[in-house]
Amino acid sequence: MSEPLLQVSNLRTFFSTEEGIVRAVDGLSFTIHKGEKFGVVGESGSGKSVTALSVMRLIEPPAGEIVTGEITFKGEDLLGLKDEEMRKVRGGQIAMIFQDPMTALNPVYTIGNQLIETIMLHQSVGKSAAAEIAIQALDDVHIPNPKVRMEDYPHQLSGGMRQRVMIAMGLSCDPDLLIADEPTTALDVTTQAQILDLMLVLTEERNTAVMLITHDLGVVAGFCDNIQVMYAGRLAERGTTDFIFDDTLHPYTAGLLGSMTRLDEVREERLYSIRGAPPSLIDPPNGCRFRSRCDFAKEICTRDTPLPREISEDHWVACHFAPDLDLIRVKGEPVG
Amino acid sequence: MTQDTTTRGTDPAVQMPPERLLQVENLVKNFPITKGIFFRKQIAAVQAVSDISFHIDRGETLGIVGESGCGKSTTARCVLRLLEPTSGNVWYRGEPDGDSSDAIEVIDIAAANKDQMRRLRREIQIVFQDPYASLNPRMTVASIIAEPLLVHGIGSTSDRMERVKELLKVVGLNPEHTNRYPHEFSGGQRQRIGVARALALNPSFMVLDEPVSALDVSIQAQVLNLMGDLQEEFGLTYLFIAHDLSVVRHVCDRVGVMYLGMMAEVTDRDTLYERPMHPYTHALMSAVPIPDPTVERERRRIILEGDIPSPINPPTGCRFNTRCPRAEFPRCSDDVPEMREIEPDHWVACHFPEVQKVV
Amino acid sequence: MTDRPRGDDPNSYSALDIEAEGLTVEPITQWQLFKSRFVRHRLAMLAAVVLGVILLLAVFADVLPLQNPTQQLEDEGGRIVNLLSPRGDYWFGTDELGQDVLARVIYGGRTSLTVAVLTGLMVATFGTLVGSIAGYYGGWIDTLLMRFTDLILSLPLLPVAIVAAAWLRETFQGREALSLAVLLGTLLWGTLARIVRAEFLSLREKEFVEAARAAGARDRRIIFRHILPNALSPIIVNATLVIGTAIILEAALSFLGFGVRPPEPAWGQMAANGGRLAVGGSGAWWLVLFPSVALIVTVLSVNFLGDGLRDALDPTQTIERK
Repeated sequence: MSEPLLQVSNLRTFFSTEEGIVRAVDGLSFTIHKGEKFGVVGESGSGKSVTALSVMRLIEPPAGEIVTGEITFKGEDLLGLKDEEMRKVRGGQIAMIFQDPMTALNPVYTIGNQLIETIMLHQSVGKSAAAEIAIQALDDVHIPNPKVRMEDYPHQLSGGMRQRVMIAMGLSCDPDLLIADEPTTALDVTTQAQILDLMLVLTEERNTAVMLITHDLGVVAGFCDNIQVMYAGRLAERGTTDFIFDDTLHPYTAGLLGSMTRLDEVREERLYSIRGAPPSLIDPPNGCRFRSRCDFAKEICTRDTPLPREISEDHWVACHFAPDLDLIRVKGEPVG
Repeated sequence: MTQDTTTRGTDPAVQMPPERLLQVENLVKNFPITKGIFFRKQIAAVQAVSDISFHIDRGETLGIVGESGCGKSTTARCVLRLLEPTSGNVWYRGEPDGDSSDAIEVIDIAAANKDQMRRLRREIQIVFQDPYASLNPRMTVASIIAEPLLVHGIGSTSDRMERVKELLKVVGLNPEHTNRYPHEFSGGQRQRIGVARALALNPSFMVLDEPVSALDVSIQAQVLNLMGDLQEEFGLTYLFIAHDLSVVRHVCDRVGVMYLGMMAEVTDRDTLYERPMHPYTHALMSAVPIPDPTVERERRRIILEGDIPSPINPPTGCRFNTRCPRAEFPRCSDDVPEMREIEPDHWVACHFPEVQKVV
Repeated sequence: MTDRPRGDDPNSYSALDIEAEGLTVEPITQWQLFKSRFVRHRLAMLAAVVLGVILLLAVFADVLPLQNPTQQLEDEGGRIVNLLSPRGDYWFGTDELGQDVLARVIYGGRTSLTVAVLTGLMVATFGTLVGSIAGYYGGWIDTLLMRFTDLILSLPLLPVAIVAAAWLRETFQGREALSLAVLLGTLLWGTLARIVRAEFLSLREKEFVEAARAAGARDRRIIFRHILPNALSPIIVNATLVIGTAIILEAALSFLGFGVRPPEPAWGQMAANGGRLAVGGSGAWWLVLFPSVALIVTVLSVNFLGDGLRDALDPTQTIERK
């Protein structure tokens, strides 16, 4: 593996609400390498988006706060940077695209306007040079007639086109890391295929690392080198894409795989389903947070929090019983 | 097939086989776009559903899949008469009702009068996509589930309460929670409440409008299993509206694929997934991600160019011709492809149908 | 797939689903919920108490040991005791005609509150009715009703009031409060109608309304059971604002001589008269202060009460507002 790009260690990001403190991310560590396609998978409330926002330092006190942890990007401590320096990193070296591009684009400016502004903020170029770069960026994301499209307002574009603009904007400053938070969730499946394809080609060309956040294991299967499965603010399992799907170690990952319907397979029987619902992150239970929904839970799961262990090279799992569980029963037989 | 006794309001010409529950013929729904302050005049129309036909047999599940704006939800709402169809027929064969002389036999939902509609509402129910929007936030669980009973004047207050508790149990919720409000429940639980409401009148036909697409994966499986159990237990017939082809493969017996207001292909599940013929079906299927890296690495995607055209001004001829990789001009831009039965019970609306293995 | 997960079995329910989410609510009635939510809203509680006292005073003014509010008081020597500052026997002093200000403030509350509450009721009824019909049915009904609403909204208040005042007085034969309420009610419902229409337009597309329709519910049930309760917040807020506005407009119209006419007392009218006298150099501050304070306290209390009601009626509102 090439050199580390982003190192997050022991990240804790909490939010204070009127009902109590929400431990959205509670002790998370991971590393993303140069050019790596890193998938973060989890259900709503698993802390995957908060992780991304923490890296971008977009968590605003007093609502939320990074309580502990270190975030090192290219050897530099992001949490120690001044606000002004962080602004340079954001959009310049780390770019982010969101689920709903409409909220990320300003409705009263043309997309050309917004692209040029972003480019001029991070590169020392004049306005006409920035416009050239912007047109090129739109062309790169296969937007037809980029010169004409520069004059469009966000609402004049379709959802897929808007997401292309966001990718163009994100990649216009040639970042080292692109954080994509559910970039295709709001899109139709054929548009999703277009966008994922585009993201993969463009980031491969530029050797840009991608942190792809999604709830869809299908999306990461074709896109990512490594996958991190999160549950209730913590790591469940992390490893290469093949490990996660084929040598699943965590009952939660297995449960997710078992409960998914597949295009290429008829499951005549009932789907496996993970019972119940995720715990509240205000005063979460002691021990393993998945235990109330786990078929394998034993007494130790109530008592001790399972710490992530490296079972084989680069395959980490936070479960007391890994790798000794018979997860095939949960996951279903592999498809021949 | 000839013994169909039809009652008033039905077309005696319709010949519905006895196993058939629903037969939709040439359904059209346009939404007018109007302009003007005093005198609204129609300037255009959104052609949401344009001349589609399909049928559902008793006890089976028909899936209708397509992307946003293809008209699948509009179709569902026309079948339920929550929207007034612009034209077309929705023939429905009701449950034979022993004690009533004018029992519903075959009736056109699209032309039913108010009284007929009220009777039909007891047999046809719907489960909605968004469990947060489909439950009135100001009503308790008990009043939500009991509402259909109340509306049809069934039972006393205590009878209805009993029924509510029974229904809560059936959908896997705690029957003691009748006094709670929807916001106290999670998404999956709220969807169960919606299912309980739909079951209240003992319907025989249920429209499921994307019932799991707003839910997390682990919860989706719970609700899909529940729907399967209920179908078995109560002999329900489902019209399953979805955008997710993998969910449809798991749930449906027969599947229709819609694109921009038209039906592209209808056939049974195995034929559709093994031998799809319409180029749009191919593209749609190839775009669905499969949670298996080995399979994903070997797949070849058909990436469609551009976006779905506007339903206000759809392309002439075949509506898919602007994006179709197999389109031949001028045939595809001039002639609207008829729905043809290419092989037994495999209907395709394409001038150049061709089997292509996608998965 | 040998193990059938517990939470999934249709024949048994699992308390686990609920437990996992930390729901420990005992079944309680809607009324209890309403009460507990309202009581938590301290300002609204205070406002309710204050309004209660003001209402009680106004209602039971006749049985209270008060002077006649329209009688010119005389001392032992038969002289009219006008413009006495507050003192032991006249707590709020007397006015320029020798009438007891305390009695006039309390009886004036009767008039002002009648005007305000009647106006509020008229606006709430009419605005809700027009707004809901327009929003629910849409089409030409909507066009017609909304153009009419626009017309009402465009009427300038004072000129209309001046023109209508004389006619209204005749129609209602000197029942000043009623004629004023009719005037204000007629002029003020437009805003609420628009708000209610907008709420109905968005609510009628909601899936829970479709669900009711799919269950076979008739229009009336859908409007009153499903849409209206969800449109309650803006109606309550607007109605309470109208009540405040009505009290203030009564003052403005009285100042111009088109409101409640003396000798019958009303807060706005008293404050306006007192203001004129005070400006005239009499130094009779009590003539302005007492009716004004009564007016302000009432308007504020009504608004706070409205806030409290809105929150208490909203079942999704669980967080305490401080």
